[in-house]
Amino acid sequence: MKQQLDARCLLCPLPVIRVQDRINSMAAGELLEVVCTDPGAASDIPVWCRINGHKVVEMQEQEGELVIVVEVGDSQ
Amino acid sequence: MTKQRRALALISGGLDSLLAARVVQEQGIHVEGVNFYTGFCVEGHTHAIRKKDRARPKRNNALWVAEQIGIKLHIIDVSESYKDVVINPKHGYGANLNPCLDCKCFMVGKAVEWIGGHGFDFIITGEVIGQRPMSQRRDTMRIVVRESQVGERLLRPLCAKNLPPTLPELEGWVDRDKLYGFSGRSRKPQMALAKQFGLTDYAQPAGGCCFLTDEAYSRKLADLWQARGSREYELDDIMLLKVGRHLRPRPHFKLIIGREEGENNFLQGYRRRFVQLRMISHPGPLTLLDGETGPEDRELAARIAARFSAGREAEQVEMQLVDKDGSERALQVTPMPVADIRSEWYL
Repeated sequence: MKQQLDARCLLCPLPVIRVQDRINSMAAGELLEVVCTDPGAASDIPVWCRINGHKVVEMQEQEGELVIVVEVGDSQ
Repeated sequence: MTKQRRALALISGGLDSLLAARVVQEQGIHVEGVNFYTGFCVEGHTHAIRKKDRARPKRNNALWVAEQIGIKLHIIDVSESYKDVVINPKHGYGANLNPCLDCKCFMVGKAVEWIGGHGFDFIITGEVIGQRPMSQRRDTMRIVVRESQVGERLLRPLCAKNLPPTLPELEGWVDRDKLYGFSGRSRKPQMALAKQFGLTDYAQPAGGCCFLTDEAYSRKLADLWQARGSREYELDDIMLLKVGRHLRPRPHFKLIIGREEGENNFLQGYRRRFVQLRMISHPGPLTLLDGETGPEDRELAARIAARFSAGREAEQVEMQLVDKDGSERALQVTPMPVADIRSEWYL
């Protein structure tokens, strides 16, 4: 079961902050699907995940929206 | 066994904070970063709204710094509590609406609150004495310590040798001899140190990590306050100041005109908060009307907006006006001649 996060119309770093805040309340191994419209999220969310021990397991663009799925890491 | 000491570094994304964190990391301290989001932060991504800039590489410099030196970064949204810093700066503004000294006190104060709940021993900043005219002088750096209530837990590794020893030095957590004594506006010592660490691709510091240091942006913010009769703002207000052309033809309303497709798409997201003007007969901008407008105001706005469309030379253009409740109405207007658009309308 994936949790959903709508980060559309937010400019970076707000999508990253929303992801960070949501992940703080999730357990290792859980999945979070975030939808963004700022193209900067395509680089920022993966970097934030790398430095904080989480993993981007899927990223695709659909009609101008970016859908990123993050798996919460053990460091949580 | 010696306790592993932990430091929280304020990371702006510029060279100085990067080096400060790296210097302390070199001494075996566990370092994590914090970046405070005020709403006024300048990031390359803001420019990514514009379609023409989309091909440029985008990166958040604070995240990039954290990855370069292998530290965790916590990005904290302080935009709500930061309003008081912008609206009522105790120490005043710099050249524009930049409350640099109050901002530094606020951020160090926030870091003090944060380390209390997260088990950190001290705070690191990249400040250098004499680097900035307002917030990085010997006297104002003392003010930062006093007003943030950080006490002796604030280490400024790049200029520590010019300052009295702090707790991490006195307790032997860090070796003062391995800290630095930089001062003044020259960037050469920092660049040399970056080279020593093998860092070459860092963000070029220009005092510009904040829109409030920008003259044009500050002018638009001052206009917003004046038009509303109150020095208040919401996050959406300050976002919109970064986007489009802003023209105020009458004191009670202004136009925000998209400059290209990317900005039009961004402005589209605000359709429920503002009256919107869209071009129908010709390619052209999406325009938002900020303020309460009557029929005459709307026609004036439509004529101005049409001037920025491909139909600027046409006898008449067709537009669509969308009200905040979603109701739509067609408008036919004659684009305003360029000579009639007064220069003082541009913000």
